[in-house]
Amino acid sequence: MKTQADKQRLVVIGNGMAGCRAVEEILKRDPDRYDITIFGAEPRVNYNRIMLSPVLAGEKSFEDIVLNDEAWYRDNDITLHSGSAVTAIDPVSHTVFAEGGIAELYDRLILATGSDAIRLPLPGADLKGVITFRDIDDVEAMVATAEAGGGRAVVIGGGLLGLEAAYGLAKRGMAATVVHLMDVLMERQVDASAGHLLAEALKARGVETILGANSEEIVGKDGKVAALRLKDGRILPCDILVMAVGIRPSSRLAQAAGLETKRGVVVDDSMRTSDPAIFAIGECAEHRGQCYGLVAPIWDMCRALADTLTGVDGAYVGSMLSTRLKVSGVDVFSAGRFSGGDGCEDIVFRDAGRGVYKRIVIEQGRIAGAVLFGDAVDGGWYFDLMKSGADITDLRETLVFGQAATEGLRGLDPSAAVAALADAAEVCGCNGVCKGTITTAIVSQKLSTLESVRAVTKASASCGTCTPLVEKLLKLTAGDAFVEQKGPKPVCSCTHHPHQTVRDLILEHRLQSIPAVMQALEWTTPDGCASCRPALNYYLICAWPGLYRDDAQSRFVNERVHANIQKDGTYSVVPRMWGGMTSARELRAIADVVDKFAIPAVKVTGGQRIDLLGVEKHQLPAVWADLNAAGMVSGHAYAKALRTVKTCVGSEWCRFGTQDSTGLGVKLEKLLWGSWTPAKVKLAVSGCPRNCAEATCKDFGVVCVDSGYEIHIGGAAGLHIKGTEILGKAGTEDETMEIIAAATQLYREEGHYLERVYKWMDRVGLKTIIARVIDDIEQRRALYARFAHSQLLSQDDPWAERAAGADAAEFQGIHAPMLQAAE
Amino acid sequence: MTSIVLDRRWLDVCALEDIPLRGARRIASGSRPIAIFRTGLDEIHALVDRCPHKRGPLSMGIVHGASVTCPLHGMKIDLATGQPLGADAGKGCAPRIDIRLEAGRVLIDAAALHE
Repeated sequence: MKTQADKQRLVVIGNGMAGCRAVEEILKRDPDRYDITIFGAEPRVNYNRIMLSPVLAGEKSFEDIVLNDEAWYRDNDITLHSGSAVTAIDPVSHTVFAEGGIAELYDRLILATGSDAIRLPLPGADLKGVITFRDIDDVEAMVATAEAGGGRAVVIGGGLLGLEAAYGLAKRGMAATVVHLMDVLMERQVDASAGHLLAEALKARGVETILGANSEEIVGKDGKVAALRLKDGRILPCDILVMAVGIRPSSRLAQAAGLETKRGVVVDDSMRTSDPAIFAIGECAEHRGQCYGLVAPIWDMCRALADTLTGVDGAYVGSMLSTRLKVSGVDVFSAGRFSGGDGCEDIVFRDAGRGVYKRIVIEQGRIAGAVLFGDAVDGGWYFDLMKSGADITDLRETLVFGQAATEGLRGLDPSAAVAALADAAEVCGCNGVCKGTITTAIVSQKLSTLESVRAVTKASASCGTCTPLVEKLLKLTAGDAFVEQKGPKPVCSCTHHPHQTVRDLILEHRLQSIPAVMQALEWTTPDGCASCRPALNYYLICAWPGLYRDDAQSRFVNERVHANIQKDGTYSVVPRMWGGMTSARELRAIADVVDKFAIPAVKVTGGQRIDLLGVEKHQLPAVWADLNAAGMVSGHAYAKALRTVKTCVGSEWCRFGTQDSTGLGVKLEKLLWGSWTPAKVKLAVSGCPRNCAEATCKDFGVVCVDSGYEIHIGGAAGLHIKGTEILGKAGTEDETMEIIAAATQLYREEGHYLERVYKWMDRVGLKTIIARVIDDIEQRRALYARFAHSQLLSQDDPWAERAAGADAAEFQGIHAPMLQAAE
Repeated sequence: MTSIVLDRRWLDVCALEDIPLRGARRIASGSRPIAIFRTGLDEIHALVDRCPHKRGPLSMGIVHGASVTCPLHGMKIDLATGQPLGADAGKGCAPRIDIRLEAGRVLIDAAALHE
């Protein structure tokens, strides 16, 4: 072993990913050659910078992303000067000077100084709370802001880093908005189609995007950021502003030392700068006119440099790039010339059901680039084929379905089992559909989408667990035809638009009738179907309270006749009993109605109401008139609306009760009744944590405690069983009611038709809901105000109107004159 | 009585406007319930008001295009033929009733009312 004195002195400026990887590569080749010293400006060991996004999102901790801990430096006899920034290089005396009077001599010097985040020179850019997204300090600043109480975040820049920052902040409970100068997110990595899907996927994760937006000024208050003003005058309030608009190679030291620099430090193929003893790698280097900001090229450079420094002829010839977005559940991959061009052809695959978009660009039988959205597992495979320049002519037919399908069809993979299934094998257990039925339908009716297969065969139309299998069959059977449709799952087969887009466009284009929506959104059927019409009717009611005229013919029968149709075509009638409270007078009136109309069955419901079953349609108005006379109104037991507020007796009677749960239940029911919602809404209020009203399996629940009211959200006890999550805590009844009404309004405005509260919550995230109805008081008030306005127009008893004669023809039908002739 | 009905085949049951656009009305006074439908294009159709699936009242369904979706389990019925559409094709039929529109009046085959 060589002594220290025998060794050459290698100094590395930069304790980041490039600097440390270069050292590792050198040690791997020749552990005894150099006496190594590393300078790092950050006061910590080397960590994986590309994993900062998962740390911000709370999915990883700092410890998880440490690359080289202190033991690594010690074991390899590396001197680490962390927290000491290098101030100058003297290439003549081969000396590096750093803060704290440190000076080190070198035989070989590696510059791995990385890059700096670009700060836009906007007015207010120096305000507190304006940060970049570059190192762990930035992440800590963001986390601290989020933990101080949610609030709002604005991110300038819709590139990879900006989106990951926004997603992380949203995941930490902030309402995040990305402001992007271009019209497509990540336009350097993805095409417009994937960009559109990306914006939608982010929206579902609580990140709003504003495209084509020019920032003008950062508005401050008391020296702290308060808002971003755009050139078009829009003002976006925020508690933190992140600039993620790009990076600039950090080449100041090299420039001051007289090395050749352009955008970065200029290096040759052996990573050598204009000074033969000095090398540069990573984001600070400029090689063949190219600066890189991704990790894969850095690894390539480190290998070439290590070869050079250990006496092997190494050459770096540039890198092909691929990118992956690190946002949980949003798979985006891009590589090469994804936009195609002259002499290129595209293979495009869209799967609206899964929100998948793939585009493979082929040039002269080889992959030239790829964009994958929604399903990026095959990114590495395409990238390998692209880098190796493999001839893919023979794979072409199945290429877009990925490696498994391609190799499966060639008999290399057992997943080809789908193809081998017998025609009689049952694929969909719910609807008893066999493979042969599905493939025959696909071929004979030229089906190309999952939705169309569902419509024609019912396969995977119920519980949905066989969806992947049906999709595979569709891919195998339809082949290249399987490309139509875009965007996530459409509302129904009358349109390719998903629910969210429909809701957004109704507002954006101020569409105020069902025909207007169908025209503007290019419905493919003349007047929709039984799935989309009720959805549109609801969306329009919610969007334009007071302006939109409810369309009875687009209502399911129950909501049209305000009773619940039964299997024999009779109806059930459930009068409202506020908070489950009733009286002798009400019970007597119910008993009288039962006798008078010979109603065959009377049942107590799970929601603390009384159900009168077997009422003939024509009897309904008369039944209601009698119930109305005793002060009872419709219980909406048939509607996508507030059903019941179940209560226990609370502090009025119970020896354990902490609050007046019954009284609060009655108040909540009086506040919420009559409001149309995406799906039914059930509430309960329990007077103590013993929870006799079972509030923790309701859409909204309140559990009273000594100090106030725990507000719960997102429970279910039907097809799915799910306990609630805690939305927040309130000190008073008024605050509880305001929060629940605001959350209901948020659900009304954002829920997809027939999507229960718990599913909506799973989709948008509990934290987003908390940020908007608990933390952001202003937003809560605004939601509450919109709810109250809508309620002014909807709290009319539908029974009373009909008992007084409205819609008489609906209830009475047509009495054909038996003998009267027309001719 | 039977002879009178047979002689006078068309029975005036209501005005077109008595049936809501994209809606239906039920005639319950005959020997079996009959549903009269009015489509978005003002075409009229009549079927025995029983879904071939589980006898649901088709007159209570949502009318779209030239079809109606049964309110009980969602079977889609072609108004012109009474036959189920899509995946349920071939599973029975709601019998058709002759119907026509004359000067804004809806006329049905009187015999059908008394079968």
